[in-house]
Amino acid sequence: MKPFTISLRSLGRHSFLAITTTFVLVPFIWMISLSLKPPGESFNGSFSLLPQTWHAAQNYTRAMTASPLPRFMFNGFFVCGVILTLQLLVCTPIAYALAKLKFPGRNVLFALVLIGLLVPGQVLALPLFILAHQLNLLNTYAALVFPFIVSPFGIFLFRQFFNTIPDDIVHAARLDGMSEFAIVWRIMLPMAVPALIAFSIFSVVGHWNDLFWPLIAVRSQELMPPPLGLMAFKNEDTGIDYGPLMAASTIVVAPLVIVFLVAQSWFIRGLTAGGVK
Amino acid sequence: MRRLRLAESLVACALAAPGLFLLVALFILPVAGVLVIAFTDWQFGAASLNFVGLKNFTEIFADAAFRKALANTMLYTAIVVPGTIVLGLAVALAIESGQTMRAFYRAVHFLPYMATLAAMAITWEALLHPTIGLVNQVLTAAGLPTANWLRDERTVLPVLAIIGIWQNLGFAMVLFLAGLTAIPRDLYDAADVDGIDFWFDRFRLITLPMLGPVLMFVVIVVALHGLEIFDTVQTLTQGGPNHASDVLLYTLYRESFQYLRTGYGAAVTVVFLMIVVALTLIQTRIMDRKVHYQ
Repeated sequence: MKPFTISLRSLGRHSFLAITTTFVLVPFIWMISLSLKPPGESFNGSFSLLPQTWHAAQNYTRAMTASPLPRFMFNGFFVCGVILTLQLLVCTPIAYALAKLKFPGRNVLFALVLIGLLVPGQVLALPLFILAHQLNLLNTYAALVFPFIVSPFGIFLFRQFFNTIPDDIVHAARLDGMSEFAIVWRIMLPMAVPALIAFSIFSVVGHWNDLFWPLIAVRSQELMPPPLGLMAFKNEDTGIDYGPLMAASTIVVAPLVIVFLVAQSWFIRGLTAGGVK
Repeated sequence: MRRLRLAESLVACALAAPGLFLLVALFILPVAGVLVIAFTDWQFGAASLNFVGLKNFTEIFADAAFRKALANTMLYTAIVVPGTIVLGLAVALAIESGQTMRAFYRAVHFLPYMATLAAMAITWEALLHPTIGLVNQVLTAAGLPTANWLRDERTVLPVLAIIGIWQNLGFAMVLFLAGLTAIPRDLYDAADVDGIDFWFDRFRLITLPMLGPVLMFVVIVVALHGLEIFDTVQTLTQGGPNHASDVLLYTLYRESFQYLRTGYGAAVTVVFLMIVVALTLIQTRIMDRKVHYQ
């Protein structure tokens, strides 16, 4: 009796999860499937996942050449890289000061970080748009980057992590004659690798996927990050030949999905920590 | 000793200065700025401004389009939150109830949360296409009624909400999985001894109460995600048809940046901020209590 109930339970578990897995995966599978098919096959209403005539080469070539997709991808990597680098340069020292140094106004400073944490980015869009206009930054790479060079979440996360590093390590480094600056970069940050990875994933995924701010900040195609570039491609590409559009979408989604499949648990940790910020 | 204190303070100031300056310039002053603009008649590019009190707020609340956007955002969130919670919890419980393929199921369900939503929205559009979309083809094959999902006032918001659930489900699942692992095994052993072996009783008497704080927390965070709906509306419907999918952030974007109606946009921003801050404060309360009990 017992083995039977167990296998029935297991069958129920896998059946239920097969249904939800299907729900979750259908858009991904359909995207890839349409990116392989010639226009005719998107219309004829077949459920088949694989095309009768392969049109993958044509679709992907068209996606890469009909729009500046390579440029969009470069912009995505470039903007995400610059944002992350600046965020780390700005957030690490202030997080160290908050965690390990005593100074007047420390609590006020931390309160400012918490206020920053509380405010959603979209609330800042209007004033930052005006600021960018005043500084003549609109429609430049700088416009895509400047609102994010300080991340309250980054400061918060690094401060939490630095708090767990024993003070003795800091004292020992000081006795060895290290400057505070060197302590931040050569002792604290290397010890905070888990926080560093989690924050990097949170930051890069967030900015790679962001549509809201780029939509406001840039107009020229040469500056568009992937999601905004896709919108431009979608609006240009008239008709319902989904092949090239789905190929472009696949190319945009692929880098993050591939890294995710390699570093799954890091990803989940980084994004859930960030999602609840 | 005093010298040391002073030196430490100076070093701290030097290390914190860039971050402090940017926090003030990019967070604190902009928030203050938007609050000021919302109470003035300033328009983008204008040289002067006058305080006009609540005029911008009376204007947006008198506007049927804004009230519709607010109601739509609430309705959208009211569908996404329970849908995400129930499905996310069910998936987490199902994964947790066995040993096989755990990592696979966890990864697969998390995929939509990290995939570029703007790109995936285009795929959803293809799936929902009235004639050649997979959804309508399947429904037709099954003899069920079809619809022009994204162009029909009655279906557009629920369909966007389903996409919202699809996207957030994995996020909720991960938090529930963490919450479930934290429930001590001996509670279930004690239940066995007491003769509680029907799964639903175990769920109702042990799992759900033990998951309480995590559950409340996930509700708030998913509600915040729901209120922030923008990408799918921008990509798929642009608020249409006939304002049926107008939402707060889309109104904010359109009024502030397309029509350059700064006062209107600022007032919408302030309303959005108020709702988010209220929810976040509730969340902080819950977190405090959770920490307190542990």
